[in-house]
Amino acid sequence: MLKITIDNQTIEVAEGTTILQAARKIGGSVVPPAMCWYSKLDGSGGKCRTCLVKVSEGSAKDPRPLPKLVASCRTPVIDGMVVQNKTSPEVLEARKAIVEFLLINHPLDCPVCDQAGECDLQDLSYDNGKVSCRYQESRREFDVIDIGNLIKLHMNRCILCFRCVYVAEQIAGKRVHGILYRGDVSEISTYIKNSIPNDFSGNIIDVCPVGALTDKTFRFKNRVWFLKPMTAHRNCPTCSGKVIAWMFGNEIYRITGRKDEFGEVEEFICNKCRFEKKNINDWTVEGPTTIKRHSVISQNHYEEIKTPSIINPLEEKMEKQTNDE
Amino acid sequence: MGRKILLENSDIPNIKSFDVFRAHGGYFSVEKALKTMAPDEIIEEVKKSGLRGRGGAGFPTGLKWTFLDRKSNKPRYLVCNGDESEPGTFKDRYLMEKLPHLLIEGMICSSFALGVNTAYIYIRGEFKYLLGILNQAINEAYKNGFLGKNILGTNFSLDMYVHPGAGAYICGEETALLESLEGKRGNPRIKPPFPAVVGLYDCPTVVNNVETLANVGYIVNFGGDAYASIGLGKSTGTKLISACGNINNPGVYEIELGMSVEDFIYKEEFCGGIKDKLELKAVVPGGSSVPIVPKELILFTASGEKRLMTYESLAEGGFESGTMLGSGGFIVYDENACIVRNTWNFSRFYHHESCGQCSPCREGTGWMEKILWRIEHGHGNMKDIDLLVSIADKIEGNTICPLGDAAAWPVASAIRHFREDFIFHVQYPEIVKNIKHGALYKYENQD
Ligand SMILES: Cc1cc2nc3c(=O)[nH]c(=O)nc-3n(C[C@H](O)[C@H](O)[C@H](O)COP(=O)(O)O)c2cc1C
Ligand code: SF4
Ligand code: FES
Repeated sequence: MLKITIDNQTIEVAEGTTILQAARKIGGSVVPPAMCWYSKLDGSGGKCRTCLVKVSEGSAKDPRPLPKLVASCRTPVIDGMVVQNKTSPEVLEARKAIVEFLLINHPLDCPVCDQAGECDLQDLSYDNGKVSCRYQESRREFDVIDIGNLIKLHMNRCILCFRCVYVAEQIAGKRVHGILYRGDVSEISTYIKNSIPNDFSGNIIDVCPVGALTDKTFRFKNRVWFLKPMTAHRNCPTCSGKVIAWMFGNEIYRITGRKDEFGEVEEFICNKCRFEKKNINDWTVEGPTTIKRHSVISQNHYEEIKTPSIINPLEEKMEKQTNDE
Repeated sequence: MGRKILLENSDIPNIKSFDVFRAHGGYFSVEKALKTMAPDEIIEEVKKSGLRGRGGAGFPTGLKWTFLDRKSNKPRYLVCNGDESEPGTFKDRYLMEKLPHLLIEGMICSSFALGVNTAYIYIRGEFKYLLGILNQAINEAYKNGFLGKNILGTNFSLDMYVHPGAGAYICGEETALLESLEGKRGNPRIKPPFPAVVGLYDCPTVVNNVETLANVGYIVNFGGDAYASIGLGKSTGTKLISACGNINNPGVYEIELGMSVEDFIYKEEFCGGIKDKLELKAVVPGGSSVPIVPKELILFTASGEKRLMTYESLAEGGFESGTMLGSGGFIVYDENACIVRNTWNFSRFYHHESCGQCSPCREGTGWMEKILWRIEHGHGNMKDIDLLVSIADKIEGNTICPLGDAAAWPVASAIRHFREDFIFHVQYPEIVKNIKHGALYKYENQD
């Protein structure tokens, strides 16, 4: 077992654990945000740079600090490591910068985006961003395209986390979905705008941290915070059939996978469950559930982790920011 | 001063061909290595030579070789990095074009030392014309028994292949190069693991620059000590410098490390001074990625010593007042050069070449380019200058690969040393809009 201390909390983890995984074991505010890494997707992570942390002591053997911030999602723990996340001003500064970078080309169209309310980028910006904007250039723009007849792609909103690419790679036999072009004009796309021919392709919607990939059977039907999340299951020959049914009254608006407190789906579900079973009789509804991940919809209002309830957090934050400047 | 290791024979007619090359002592090192030396002895000699990577970072080659994982029983690979796409750097292609056998000779010795049986030369996509030259040289080496099975009757076998990229600067970054060589999109890998452990096809791999490998033959022939006696201090041996910009004699020069920068710029046998008898304004001594420094700081360090062409001397003063030897792309600017335009041009390059994997580089390079475009074209404001510094600062150190740093340094250093130029552009947009720019202007109005 390896010992690691993150923000003054110590834990022992097995060989091969990353700093991020160790932090998730501790839980709470020591967990760095992760926009691209996904525990269930091999090869993911390292790209968005939101999970950067400071290694203030490299290991028990060599306690020198590492010269640069490291991506906690892809850096394995070494015995005796001391890591700073929220306790390092350098980390907070870098994270603020990353949020800014992620937002400069983002269309900020939350009012018309289906993801609003359960969007990782909203949460991230809320926790780490600044209210003002220094960007005054034009933003990059793409056409909205279809990935098959069930999934919509808004490339404008994409933060290029590559998660959907890994999903497609790991479920489909041959490569059908990937990145075209380079740099800030790169875009995700399927082979000549085809669908992804696989029963599990719908999961690219669930892994998308933003509103780039949305469910066409749910688009513009309702806002997520008006819906009641219910755990439900059915006897499905293809997948586990364990889902969350998002309901309004007796009507099912959409089906998603069940997500854990870090926003990752517990089990991938099949397209039949997700897109076709919208009738209440298709499901055994177990009962209402809470959204474990801290997010805008978790209590119908936003709450920062482990701070006592704030009446209007946004107001206070804006005030603070204005005072800072 | 003035000893040559690499380009000694470059002017001999038809030195490209195996027979001529061989007649001038070529491939002697292979015979010596395979027949009289143990692999570890060669590594020892390379360590002693103090040879440092010529691809830009200057990492000691012998030390890098010792990191190669020799315990796993996977095959090991040697990859020669001939992607050379850094603006201002054009030395590797000169070497490959003139002396392809020198590279092959060095690679055979290196492969023997590293226990490698398959070696690749990865060249930049635009170097199509080199494909034929290198392939012919490799074929000749096969025919004469220096490549293939049981080289020179020993039990060492080596196959060598040339592979062209598709024309991306990022494929010069070693892990992106490996991805590209595997036939994938050229995105840098996330490290660790490093190529020495998990490299090409997940096997232990050494990636070295063309010039680095071309030096190995000499080290085998004459020993590490002989190599280390050339040069100065920890900057041993010679270095190819590709000089360009506003100078009288642009071209590729092999210099002994340790000569003064002043001599290099003004001596007739090198750059030959500034063109049209103008004043020197600034120099980028190691390819577009390294910080630009003004005349006062390139000829002398901040503490008043003469600046020398060595890794240490050029770096003296850190980012405050120093720069780097980098890959040896020596770009000289005369007093009429517009630093803002130049910075915009560089940042346009990095914006275009960013692979787009990580957010600071993908978004930051484009942002900087747009701001610099505005300033250069008379639409800037004062706040933009500090904003640029801040963006560069936020990119630096937060990215997957050093391209992010490479994009940030030229901008940060240009503003550090030439802030007045930027302020001028903001204050006098009308004048700026009407300036006709030297080389670029001529080029644009050629016909
Ligand atoms: C963006 C980028 C581009 C690079 N381009 C080249 C190149 O064109 N040629 C090269 O030899 N090294 C290049 N490098 C450096 C390589 O990653 C690597 O360090 C080098 O090939 C190692 O060889 P050396 O130790 O012999 O210098 C580049 C690095 C980066 C980050
Ligand atoms: S720094 Fe730039 S080039 Fe390097 S991995 Fe990140 S986006 Fe790609
Ligand atoms: S989650 Fe670690 S870099 Fe994106």
